[in-house]
Amino acid sequence: MEIIYVYTRKRSEFGRPCSFSDRPAKVNVDIPPDPSMASSFILRNPVDSYVQHTSDMSEHEVNTERVEVESRGVNHIEGGWPKDINPQEAEQTIRFRKKVEKDENYINTITHLGTLMEHCVKQNNAINIYEEYFGEEEMGEVEDEPPSAKTINVISKLTSFFDVLLSKRDPNVTKRTATHLSWHPDTCKKLAVAYSSLEFQQNMKDMSFDSYIWDLENPNKPELVLKPSSPLVSLEYNPKDSHVLVGGCYNGQMAYWDTRKGGLPVEVSTVEVSHRDPVYGAIWLQSKTGTECFSASTDGQVLWWDIRKLTEPTETLVLDITRQGLLENALGAITLEFEPTMPTKFMVGTEQGIVIACNRKAKTPPEKITSTYSGHHGPVYALGRNPFYPKVFLTVGDWTARIWSEETKESIMWTKYHLSYLTDGCWSTVRPAVFFTTRSDGTLDVWDFLFKQNDPSLSLKVCDEPLSSLRLQDNGCIIGCGSKLGTVTLLEISSGLCTLQRNEKTLATAMFERETRREKILEARHRELRLKERARSEGQEAEVEEELVEGPHEVLDRARREFFEVIKAELQRRAQAETQSLHGKVPGGHGSASAFQDKDRAGEEAAAQGEESQLPKDKEEEEEE
Amino acid sequence: AEVEETLKRIQAHKGVIATIVVNAEGIPIRTTLDNSTTVQYAGLLHQLTAKARSTVRDIDPQNDLTFLRIRSKKHEIMVAPDKEYLLIVIQNPCE
Repeated sequence: MEIIYVYTRKRSEFGRPCSFSDRPAKVNVDIPPDPSMASSFILRNPVDSYVQHTSDMSEHEVNTERVEVESRGVNHIEGGWPKDINPQEAEQTIRFRKKVEKDENYINTITHLGTLMEHCVKQNNAINIYEEYFGEEEMGEVEDEPPSAKTINVISKLTSFFDVLLSKRDPNVTKRTATHLSWHPDTCKKLAVAYSSLEFQQNMKDMSFDSYIWDLENPNKPELVLKPSSPLVSLEYNPKDSHVLVGGCYNGQMAYWDTRKGGLPVEVSTVEVSHRDPVYGAIWLQSKTGTECFSASTDGQVLWWDIRKLTEPTETLVLDITRQGLLENALGAITLEFEPTMPTKFMVGTEQGIVIACNRKAKTPPEKITSTYSGHHGPVYALGRNPFYPKVFLTVGDWTARIWSEETKESIMWTKYHLSYLTDGCWSTVRPAVFFTTRSDGTLDVWDFLFKQNDPSLSLKVCDEPLSSLRLQDNGCIIGCGSKLGTVTLLEISSGLCTLQRNEKTLATAMFERETRREKILEARHRELRLKERARSEGQEAEVEEELVEGPHEVLDRARREFFEVIKAELQRRAQAETQSLHGKVPGGHGSASAFQDKDRAGEEAAAQGEESQLPKDKEEEEEE
Repeated sequence: AEVEETLKRIQAHKGVIATIVVNAEGIPIRTTLDNSTTVQYAGLLHQLTAKARSTVRDIDPQNDLTFLRIRSKKHEIMVAPDKEYLLIVIQNPCE
């Protein structure tokens, strides 16, 4: 390091006041502009600059801490008696009371208060101030308001104090997906939510297995905590007995709870006879005892249980569509569907994209599977019958939602392909043409087929994480959606979407019938074409059998020969037809047309008649040539 | 005497379910209900009346509470407060 400047001072001179002196300005450095450097600069023309004469504003946001509120009651007991009087002693209390009543102050006060009170009592009796003055008006006007929905409640497990306890032990609280929601059958104020982590083999050690029942009045603390031995994937209230719930576990067991008995399951099915995979669907059945339910899982089985005896299932069904009952061929079930009005039939949505309709009352196990409907490219995540038209059902899977009719093999209506997966869907319980779907980008779509068919009539972004489950309350106005991180959001949809419109039923019926008919016609036509194909191949096979067994190259030669013969005949016929048409003879064309038929299609009268309509067209084409 | 008459008259009106007279210490002087219910009503309404009175006076110190009516789904609770005593009447106002 180079010493630039040295400043010395005697120690005795420290602290002396500074004496400043003035001197004139002196130019230290003068750098003249160098025009040659201007060339390395680019001229900016035009130059945009702005000037604004407003005051500077700043934006702040404040959010208060969430206050945990708990409802508590106070119980009052008797007290305030003067020291010398024992409240248990009736005599003493009576004496005291009599004494008070003799007091003049008492008499005056009571008389005064009495008149006041009487006035109000009489007022109440005279007029009912909350009377409904203009009876029930018919809401016949069309609701012009745009469909909308608003969030009424967000139940987030994060603020529940159980999770606070967990987080003290482990900094990241494992968030679990809300996989299934079930509304309380009577009051609709309670919601049972099943939480589990559906990621493959992601079981963290600290992940709790609990599922909760929430009371809407109190979204901070669950009303009841259900503690199974393994996380619940599906959970359903018993529609007959609102205290009983059945749940399907991640490890394949079934458990049932009675809310009056606390959070531990009353009984759990034995592991050996349960499913081998998570139980994705569990539904209660209609039965006299109200204790029967059935469950389905991706191991390919559907099991029926009576909850009084969960040690073994009452019935089993293997979802093998080749009807051989082989577990290896079975398709994994993802959803179950059951309509109480049709107690013997049920439907299963599988991982492979096929919906299987089954009949429980069939005689032999292979007969149980009545029909299959395939159309989805991926697992069918949701399945539901239209509450007004049981023959029409909705499936949600891969990127679309499809509507099917039991009578046709193909879906009758489908939505466009979305950019994200569709995870769940259900029909509206009030309006036959409305249904809801949830997507994996956190959007809830409301579709109204009578209003708009290509797009959802309302699309709401509920949250940023994927929505995993959806359930509509029985009154049709409130929907609960569960997300991947465990937040359950309740939305109330606008009245336009949940009140029955005037002609809706007839319009919806007409539409479903029309679409079903269209599909049937398309199917019939396909069948005809297929028959024709088969007939043609059958005709050729018949010829093969006449001749003796030939070697493959002989077959090839024969085929080639026949092919050229046919071509030659056709060319001849065309030449004939042309000469005939040149001479103005049309009927001749008709005769050669029948010759054409006999050559190629061996005797399918029905198919020939089907072709009649096409022949005039062919003829026209030939004439054009 | 007069008090008896007044209270009887009030009780006799249409829709009146119960009448309670409580003193400032919470001792029920006169009641037509059973003891435990009376004590509950007395304790709770006393607190509510005090709160209501303080609210009225906070807004305007010259003002004072003369009457308190609570209408609930099932019935109406009417409280006439005084310095020493509290007159509570429970009535069912619907026709």
